[in-house]
Amino acid sequence: MSDRGTLNRIIALRHNRAVWPLLALALILIVDGFISPNFFDIRIVEGRLFGNLIDILYRAVPAALIALGMAVVIGTKGIDLSVGSIIAICGAVIAWRIQAGDPHLLILFYALVAGAVCGVWNGFLVAGLGIQPIIATLVLMVAGRGIGLLINLFYGGTNPSFESELLQGLSTGNIWLIPTRLFVALGLFLALWALIRRTALGLFIEAVGGNAAASNLAGVNSRLVTFFAYVICGVMAAAAGVIMTADTHTSDPVSVAMYSELDAILAVVIGGASLAGGRVFLGMTVIGALVIQALTTSILISGLPPEYNLVIKALVVMAVLFLQSDNARSAISRLIPGGSR
Amino acid sequence: MNKKYLPLAATIAVFIGLFLIGGGLYRNFLSTMVLGNILADNAFIIIAALGATFVILSGGIDLSIGSMIGFVGVCMAVLDSMGWHPMVSAGLMILFGIAYGAFQGFVIDFCRIQPFIITLAGLFLLRGACFMVTLDSVPIHHDFVDAYAAAKIPLPGRGVLRSSALVMLASLVLAIVIAHFTRFGTNVYAIGGDKESARLMGVPIRRTTIGVYALGGFYSALAGVVYALYTSSGYPLAGSTLELSAIAAVVLGGTLLTGGVGFVVGTLFGGMILGLISTMIIFQGTLNSAWIMISSGGLLFIFIVLHRFLVGSFNLRGNS
Repeated sequence: MSDRGTLNRIIALRHNRAVWPLLALALILIVDGFISPNFFDIRIVEGRLFGNLIDILYRAVPAALIALGMAVVIGTKGIDLSVGSIIAICGAVIAWRIQAGDPHLLILFYALVAGAVCGVWNGFLVAGLGIQPIIATLVLMVAGRGIGLLINLFYGGTNPSFESELLQGLSTGNIWLIPTRLFVALGLFLALWALIRRTALGLFIEAVGGNAAASNLAGVNSRLVTFFAYVICGVMAAAAGVIMTADTHTSDPVSVAMYSELDAILAVVIGGASLAGGRVFLGMTVIGALVIQALTTSILISGLPPEYNLVIKALVVMAVLFLQSDNARSAISRLIPGGSR
Repeated sequence: MNKKYLPLAATIAVFIGLFLIGGGLYRNFLSTMVLGNILADNAFIIIAALGATFVILSGGIDLSIGSMIGFVGVCMAVLDSMGWHPMVSAGLMILFGIAYGAFQGFVIDFCRIQPFIITLAGLFLLRGACFMVTLDSVPIHHDFVDAYAAAKIPLPGRGVLRSSALVMLASLVLAIVIAHFTRFGTNVYAIGGDKESARLMGVPIRRTTIGVYALGGFYSALAGVVYALYTSSGYPLAGSTLELSAIAAVVLGGTLLTGGVGFVVGTLFGGMILGLISTMIIFQGTLNSAWIMISSGGLLFIFIVLHRFLVGSFNLRGNS
């Protein structure tokens, strides 16, 4: 009888939103373990931890940071297509100010401010003018890389490179064997979590995303909340921009963070949030980003040609989306005897 | 004048205004030659944007356009090297485009997934498929391609209508007929206006959704064929981010991204405006390509704000 109860509880788990993404991540890692027996090894090389698991965490950081900001915006029933462009602008600003000889701590601040300004612009269009988010952020997406190129053109030439101990330390350095950027990501995650879950902001965001008119009537300033969501997203994209730009030592507005907005949105969706808004799952968003990176890494180590990367990624994403759909799940349940409710 | 024509009128006014400004700034700009070149150079964007117009009118979005163009191009190039006639491979690829679009439409309606996400997966899938077919630029050598490139109809003045422009204009006529003179077109507007009301009125939602994305796939594949014939090659990175240009052309053409409001013919002018901007910047000669991005973004911004206030003041949906 208790066996039956456990089984039922396990079957009931499939309705838990956390199960599917975690299952996907576990499945990818298990397959990796079969493909490459040394997959889970972690050793110390040149004063830092080294191994595939660390590598997945390390490479997932920028995407996770972007996705966290995106999760907040998607919570308000919005979307931000301009994060890649914000990263391009940030990179250009960093290269420009380093050539101008500013203190590097100040430059870090400038980069975040640049992201915040981009967020203010998006927030103004969406919350101030009431334009549909997907179009409003399309403006900066189209123009942003051009702005980055212009900053490069006026200050520093084509794809200027730079050296900065502080920024590169944040991006590629390590503390106590652990890559510094993991601490950066953890700090930003905790700060954002506190802001969303330990103040009323998260509640307001989900209220606005659920029904903007109703939450307005309930006394929530929908416009202000929406505005803030875009500013948060801009700052998070800027933080990812600092890490990505410092990683490559150059500002390359045309190709940096290409398709990063799409990866970020995928991460949020894999994390179980709906684009229809009303929900912010920060932890699950990080899992979503890890799923995407684990997939990319496992394609690389599996020895498949790298050109298969996109196709496999697309197929897995489609499968995850399919499993998240109620219609598809009930169709599958009907096929599996005993699994039906 | 009916208020629903205002966004279209604004688009045409901007196009004529930009053309006249170009004529005032640069010698030889105000000619049928420039016009014919803009038509031919932007034919594939406008063809893809025609398909996107239907998708956007139905309240959806299709991000797989650019990848479809790339995929069709590399497949035609590889099939050409295997000895296929370009017309046969073009027909095959257009069938593939329709089938893939229909698949996307089915998944969107059956799984209730946002079109944004599933066509995003399509973007990755088709682009990845391009890389699997070939990693190099493959030329297309065939008498038909030479004939296609040579065919032209002279315009008054020194301008010519090239074959790409002719294919584009024929697709435009087809799109206008489908949108405004068939039951399917009416259903698309109905779904885009209010899906729930459309369902209650008996509009077949699933069939129309599948049809809309199949039509979108048809036009993207056709754009890919035109692009491959125009450049006489297939390149796996061809058409990257072209979905954004197509969507921008639709928005500049006066179609609301919320769905249900807009005209197919507006998309022609929207695409031509984008073409005009880059032509003007090329005529200027000293400006960096960064300005093409910035001015396109700026113009997009102006149009979006314009639409916002038109919608706010006249409630276009109620009157259309």
